[in-house]
Amino acid sequence: MLRIAKLPIAVFALFILVFPWTARQIPAIEHYPDIMVFAGIYCLITIGLSLLMGYAGQISIGHAAFFGIGAYISGILTTNYGMNPWACMGIGMAVTAVVAALVGTPSLKLKGHYLAMATLAFGIIIFIIFNEETQWTGGPDGMPGIPGLSLFGFEFDSVERYYYLVWGFVIAAFIFTVNVIQSGTGRALRAIHASELAAGAMGVDVSQFKILVFVYSAVLASLAGSFYAHYLNFVNPATFDLFFSIKLLIMIALGGMHNIWGAIVGTGLITFLSNEWLQYFEEFEVIVYGAILLFVTVLLPEGLAGVPGIVKGWFRR
Amino acid sequence: MEKITLASQLLQYLITGLTVGSVYAMVAVGFNIIYNVTEIINFAQGEFVMLGGLIMVFLHVAMGLPLILAFPATIILVTLVGIFLDRLAIRPIRRPSVLTLIIATIAVSILIKGTASLIWGKDPFDLPAFSGRNPITFLGAVVQPQYFWVIGFLIITAIALSIFFDRTILGKAMSACADNPNAASLVGINVKQMIMLSFALSAAIGAVAGITITPISLMEYDRGAMLAVKGFAAAILGGLGSFPGAILGGLIMGSIESFGAGLVSSGYKDAFALIVLLVILFFKPSGLMGSIEISRIKRF
Amino acid sequence: MSGGMAENVLELQGVVMTFGGLMALSDLNFKVRRGMIKAIIGPNGAGKTTLFNVITGSLPPTQGTVTFNGRPIQHLKAHKIADRGISRTFQTVELFGNMTVLENVMLGCYTRIRTSFMASGFVLPQSRRKEKRISETALKILKFIGLSHKFKDPADSLPLGEQKLLEIGRALASEPELICLDEPAAGLNETETHVASSLIKAINAKGITVLLVEHDMKVVMNISDEILVLNYGRKIAEGPPEEIRNSPRVIEAYLGGET
Repeated sequence: MLRIAKLPIAVFALFILVFPWTARQIPAIEHYPDIMVFAGIYCLITIGLSLLMGYAGQISIGHAAFFGIGAYISGILTTNYGMNPWACMGIGMAVTAVVAALVGTPSLKLKGHYLAMATLAFGIIIFIIFNEETQWTGGPDGMPGIPGLSLFGFEFDSVERYYYLVWGFVIAAFIFTVNVIQSGTGRALRAIHASELAAGAMGVDVSQFKILVFVYSAVLASLAGSFYAHYLNFVNPATFDLFFSIKLLIMIALGGMHNIWGAIVGTGLITFLSNEWLQYFEEFEVIVYGAILLFVTVLLPEGLAGVPGIVKGWFRR
Repeated sequence: MEKITLASQLLQYLITGLTVGSVYAMVAVGFNIIYNVTEIINFAQGEFVMLGGLIMVFLHVAMGLPLILAFPATIILVTLVGIFLDRLAIRPIRRPSVLTLIIATIAVSILIKGTASLIWGKDPFDLPAFSGRNPITFLGAVVQPQYFWVIGFLIITAIALSIFFDRTILGKAMSACADNPNAASLVGINVKQMIMLSFALSAAIGAVAGITITPISLMEYDRGAMLAVKGFAAAILGGLGSFPGAILGGLIMGSIESFGAGLVSSGYKDAFALIVLLVILFFKPSGLMGSIEISRIKRF
Repeated sequence: MSGGMAENVLELQGVVMTFGGLMALSDLNFKVRRGMIKAIIGPNGAGKTTLFNVITGSLPPTQGTVTFNGRPIQHLKAHKIADRGISRTFQTVELFGNMTVLENVMLGCYTRIRTSFMASGFVLPQSRRKEKRISETALKILKFIGLSHKFKDPADSLPLGEQKLLEIGRALASEPELICLDEPAAGLNETETHVASSLIKAINAKGITVLLVEHDMKVVMNISDEILVLNYGRKIAEGPPEEIRNSPRVIEAYLGGET
């Protein structure tokens, strides 16, 4: 049975709980919770993507599109129509689900390179739409003035409050996904990854499953996008480009594609790299990412999650 | 009066389309060379074009080397990058799965892009046109002579490749590898070398495309990705693995884009090729020259 | 679960399968009686695996009908046919290498017990109970096929003989009425073949109808109630083993037929 232990999750939740307080005590990392908000937002995307790629064995190089759809729907509906942000989040997720189903159904019939290219093309088309439909999206200059989030009068207007909000959702999504992986449904997904032929012969509706997981990962990305929009109070198309989709890939590859913890670890590392450690070396960012991805692909195919196994292998000799 | 203007306008679009399409055709041919021998789709294909343009700028403009020397020198340098890609990213992978190889070529493409941004920065660069910029009037359309250079080089490349694959031992060895790598290695063909050669060849062709198109559309560090996607669209349109298909596909793709940009919307210019790609993938993945590729898709 | 007590579990009528210009199966008619072990034999390329693929839904036949318990199934996809009660194994073993021996069999239970995505995510009590039933069923099957001691091992760590047994075990988990075994003895040594044959007989003794494709004549003659001989996609003989053994047409097909 694929047992994903509950204890590490509890420990991690505890860590998340006390981190902001700890950071406040140490001036050097005082601003870390802000970075953690972004990490959390990206984790929402990578958790779903990890299920899609690592467990169901599919690929998507266009997930930035779903991230963007959530962000823009939240932005447009709250800014132009004054609608309730939480309702808009739901609407964003619903719209994304429909788009994902529409795109996913023909795409997931494709395999390997063809699926990769189809998702890539889709991602770029959405990106172009964000840039061109200026009357809706504000075009390349972006859409400012997006309101923040509040619940029954409680405003999520500080970094800390937003941190707990986002990470609450992340942990919930993580537990949900872990439950799926450990269930019969998760088994069916892993069966699809191993042999679609045999999975089908054992009663698994392979195409339906693939679409289901694709939609799930898209919906999580949309949710992340909404959180993003309400945090920055601003969105612009550049955030949702091909490079971001590739960055998501790097996060998962680095953490370890076949392990759901890999999504969290990889995303955390890359986010900190991006927002903190490489801050003064911006020109090197792209090369560093390329190098990391290449290194992981060639030398560490199971990502950081595979390191304990490799070390164990050394000791056995 | 208006009829003539519309016709010459359309002719203008067509010539632009064929020119741009020639670049896509060359990228598509590059895809096919590697794909035929390895079944890998090289996501870094577009970077070869980008490097062709920028390295040429460095050698010809910055260093002042004459065109006749800078051209082959650039090709050689980009070819080395192609070999580097094979050695660094493809060969060392121990358990090559489709997913791993896709990600490996993506990794190299962003490595190359990142390096280019470090060396050349983010601004676009220009190259002097090969035979000047005096526009030629051709059946009512006003065309830069460089356009004909691009199309011309596509033709030269196509002829050179067909001679290579049909008449030379090396080329025939590569075709053998493409057909049946096991049998090929049994008769003494070094498959690994053939793979490296396929990357080298694709890089060289990409470089030619980059060098010839830069005087028209400039070149910057991040042009690679879009070129790769559109080139792939062209390859699929023509039927993956087919060289005449790649050329036809490229020219058609370029024309669709040109007419779309001119007649429908220039902002959505890039989207046309992508939409065509999606339509093909969803409805007829075997493309125009329709091959057994469709069963290969399922095989993946 | 039993779809009516029709005498014939499976019936093929006028089944034709063409690929491009090639006719892989032509005008095939035969019946499989409930509770029997029926073997399909024939020289290489006779169309045996194509036949299996048509029956189990991997391929829709160009013409003809396949009826299961009186209802047509030729237009159904593989997973729907599995739901109806037909299970299969593959010529080249298609196990789930990324899972353990136990998990492979547990997946076999999917048609009988499954939970929705949402229910799995929220771990409702019903899904816990279902998982328990699934693992109990799977363990029982592992015991039946003699692999309980390896339940935690990764499926691809097993030797071929045990992999084939595991695949059969997985196919049993869906409680099928008809099980289609594609060359269960291929690649096995004498001991392993003997184990496989005994297993097939034991499965049949439980009331499951068995349809198998096999090259190993000893196995076929030993365990089949009836044999169907295919050559070039056509039925050239059908009957009990003694009849087939002595049939001149069959002997000719095997010895003289293949050019």
